[in-house]
Amino acid sequence: MMRIDELVAAIDALQASDLEAWVREELVIPQQEAGTLVFSDAQCARVRLIATLRYDLDIESESLPVVVSLLDQLYDTRQRLLSLTAAIKQQDAAVQASIIAAASGGSGA
Amino acid sequence: MKDPYESLGVARTANDKEIKAAFKKLARKFHPDLHPGDKAAEARFKEISSANDLLKDPEKRRRFDAGEIDASGQERPQERFYRDYADGPAYASHAAQDGFAGNDELEEFLSRAFGGGGQRSERSFRARGHDVSYALPVAFLDAANGATRTITLPDGKTLQVTIPAGSEDRQMLRLKGQGMAGIGGGPAGDAYVELHIEPHAFFHRKDDNIHVDVPVTLQEAALGAQIEVPTISGAVTVTIPKGSNTGTTLRLRGKGIRDRKTGEPGHQFITLKVVLPAGEEPELVEFLKNWQPKHPQNPRKEMLS
Repeated sequence: MMRIDELVAAIDALQASDLEAWVREELVIPQQEAGTLVFSDAQCARVRLIATLRYDLDIESESLPVVVSLLDQLYDTRQRLLSLTAAIKQQDAAVQASIIAAASGGSGA
Repeated sequence: MKDPYESLGVARTANDKEIKAAFKKLARKFHPDLHPGDKAAEARFKEISSANDLLKDPEKRRRFDAGEIDASGQERPQERFYRDYADGPAYASHAAQDGFAGNDELEEFLSRAFGGGGQRSERSFRARGHDVSYALPVAFLDAANGATRTITLPDGKTLQVTIPAGSEDRQMLRLKGQGMAGIGGGPAGDAYVELHIEPHAFFHRKDDNIHVDVPVTLQEAALGAQIEVPTISGAVTVTIPKGSNTGTTLRLRGKGIRDRKTGEPGHQFITLKVVLPAGEEPELVEFLKNWQPKHPQNPRKEMLS
């Protein structure tokens, strides 16, 4: 957990005004606590990622939401794949084999 | 710790702009959050960021060039990337259940199913080749007695398949290492062969026993006889008792299928079927006309009562 001022101090290039804008655009979602904004560990990591995209990779502020949304979709899809994989792993070896064969477009027959 | 100029792939004389451009290019390629499936990305990205941290700061760069500090002094503190959370079990409620499959399982599964596994860089990617499966039609007697068959795969490769005696329909044979070749030196996948056993014209299998209907003539049934009967291992001579009838069942001990686990053979059951002569038999007809049975019978009595 980090307060907004701690987070701004912890990340080199991060400008407080930028972080506030990202909160307004809901790219990151902090919690309200004792009159300040507090970021969970996951949200801190997310701020670091967005800062890298913005400052190191020079992604424009206007394009940032698009990129972040695509990344969110990527992670969401990976979560679904993880659940699916877990479910497949619980099946018999033969069932797993036919699923894999079907997924890889093999002859299967 | 690697030389920071080498890490970024820039000359020692590179200016700030060139360093920034080199970092940007590599960060795009290796930022772990942008490549959640690439395990090697994190180590590579840390190296790149450390090099960038050192070289983008003119004072640190000067001291490094002068030999006052080394590259390891610039290592970043342990940083948790967003993917550590977003790919983690607590990310979404549906993922937090028991038996949650880790990333390794996902990567393994993806590489088996799709061969590649996302955007991994080829040089660090090593994976087991994926499994392939085939259906193999097998004649009834080949399945019963065992056989060796050579199948030719669509890619021209041939595969020697040993069909064990007593194989059952839809039985899956696993041929270890006969699937697709591994990637980057990984082991080959397995081939799965599903046996599709064809029905036989007169043998029927039930568990380890073989059932067969055997036609006998009126005389053989009435008077008894020695007849030749087929079994899965060749013809044998069977004694038909005098006064046999349609439906009479005889057991040929040990002539069935050998149990794959116990090694005990099953039996062959033959059910007799009395057949009347195919051609005209006037003498028989004449005899029957005059025949007075000693025990008159109505075989349909039970059906009509």
